[in-house]
Amino acid sequence: MLGALMRQYGDLDVAEDGYQDACLRAWQTWPTAGVPDKPGAWLLTVARRRITDRIRRESLRAERERSSRLAVGELDGDGPQRADAAFLDDQLLLLFMCSHPALSDDARIALTLRSVAGLTTTEIARAFFVPEQTMAQRLVRAKRKIARAGISFDVSLREVPDRMESVCRVLYLVFNEGYASSGVDEIVRTDLCDEAILLARLLVRLAPKDSEALGLLALMLLHDSRRTARVGSAGELIPLDEQDRRRWNRSMIDEADSMVSTALATGPLGPYKLQAAIAALHTASPTFEETDWVELLALYDLLITIDTGPAARLGRVVALSMVDGPAVGLAELDRVDADVLGHRVHSVRAHLLERLGRTQEARKEFLQAAELATSPQESAYLRHRAARLGD
Amino acid sequence: MRYMLLIASNPEANAAMTPAQQEQMFGDYAEFTKSIEASGEFVSGDPLEGLDTATTVRVRDGKRTTTDGPFAETKEVLAGYYIVEAASLDRALEIAAQIPDATTGSIEVRPIMHMDMPTA
Repeated sequence: MLGALMRQYGDLDVAEDGYQDACLRAWQTWPTAGVPDKPGAWLLTVARRRITDRIRRESLRAERERSSRLAVGELDGDGPQRADAAFLDDQLLLLFMCSHPALSDDARIALTLRSVAGLTTTEIARAFFVPEQTMAQRLVRAKRKIARAGISFDVSLREVPDRMESVCRVLYLVFNEGYASSGVDEIVRTDLCDEAILLARLLVRLAPKDSEALGLLALMLLHDSRRTARVGSAGELIPLDEQDRRRWNRSMIDEADSMVSTALATGPLGPYKLQAAIAALHTASPTFEETDWVELLALYDLLITIDTGPAARLGRVVALSMVDGPAVGLAELDRVDADVLGHRVHSVRAHLLERLGRTQEARKEFLQAAELATSPQESAYLRHRAARLGD
Repeated sequence: MRYMLLIASNPEANAAMTPAQQEQMFGDYAEFTKSIEASGEFVSGDPLEGLDTATTVRVRDGKRTTTDGPFAETKEVLAGYYIVEAASLDRALEIAAQIPDATTGSIEVRPIMHMDMPTA
C-alpha cells in the first residue's frame, strides 16, 4: 500500500505519514466498528484523505514544491514513459525508487530496508554491523536529500539495468535478515524471507535476461529449502552437517537447480550465481560426508576473485579445511579480516581447533562466539558445542 | 525546482583540442542552450573567463585579503554555469548530461534554495 501512495504522491515522507495515520485510525476504530470488507481499500482511502488534508494545510512555498511533485506522480501520462504497466507489484516500484543513483549506496540500502521491507532501524544497523545511531542518521540524511534535491519517484524502464545491482544487494540483505532469525518473533522472520523471494521472482520476471537476478533467486530458494531442517523441535538451531536432509524442500531445490544452470550458462561470473552454485552443491549431496569439497573449493576460489568481502573468504576457509585439513584452514583463517564478521570467525576457528584436538582452545572460541552471536538460537547452539567439550 | 549546473571542465582535455574541435564544442554549446531555451527550462547561463583571470577575496577579523587565483586548487576548473527550471532532479540530471563539458569534465547539480519572499 505504501508503494501505491508513493506512486501517487511521489513523496516518501508524505506517503509514510498517510499510511501511519490510516493504520492508527484502523487500530482505533476497527475493534469496535469491526473490520471493513475491504481493509486494504479502506486504509488507502483514509491515507489519501489524510494526505490531502495535510497538503492543504502546508505553507505556500512547501505546497508549491509538493504540487510540482504531485504533478509528476500523476498516473496517466502523456509524460515521460513510465514502467507502471510493467511493474506488477507496487512494492517493486518502491524498491526501484529507493535505488535512485543520486543516493549513496548506504542510503539506498538503508532506505529500501526501511520502506520496503519494513525493518526497524535497529535491525538494519545490525545487518550492516554499524551502530544504530549511525543508521538512524543515514536514513534522515537520505530522506533529506530526496526532499531537498527534488528526487521524484519516476522510474523509467531505461534505468533498470543500473538499479539492478543495488536492488539485488538490498533483497539479499532482507533475505539474510529473515534467514538469520535475529529477532525473537519467528513469524515476522519467515515473512521477510518470503518477501525477499517474492520480490526476487518479480525482479526476474521484469529483467529475464539478468543472470545475476536469476542467480540471486536461486540462492534464496536454496537457502530457504533448508529452512525447516534448520530448526529443531525445541526451536534450537541445527547446523548443516547435522540436518535431516529428507526435510529439505526438494521442489524448491529442483527449481533452483535449473535456474543455477541457466544463470551460469547465460551470464558472466557474478557473486550471486556463484554463491547459488555453491549452495546447489550442498543440496545435491545426499549426506554431509559425501559433499564434494574439492568442487566447492574451486567455486570459492572463483568467488573470492569477484567478491572481496570477508564472508566469501570465510566460506573458502571452511572448504579449504575440508580439502587440505584443519591446520591449513586455521592458517588461512588468520588472513581473513575478522572485525566485521563477529561471531562467525570464532565459530569457524572453534570448529577447526576441535578437529585438531585442541579442546580447551576450541571451547574458549565457542564461548567467545556465543557471546558475540546475534541470535539467541545461534548463541545457544554455540554454548552447547562448548559444553560438549567438557568443563 | 531550480537547479544550478556547475560546469567543472577538464583543462588538460580542453587544452589538447584542435581548433576544429573547439569550434565543434562552441557549436554544441549553442545547440544545447537553444534546446533548453525552447523547452522553457533555461533560466540563465554564462561561460566564465579563464582561471588566470580569477581573484579571491577573504575578510578575516575585519581585514580583507585579496589573492590571485581561484578559492581552491582543484584539478577541474569552474568554467561556467547554467540555472535551469526542471521538474525533478532526474530532469536536471538529464539536462546536465547534455552539456558538452560533461564528456571530459563533471557537472555538479545543486538545487537552489527556496527563500520565502517577504510580503511588501
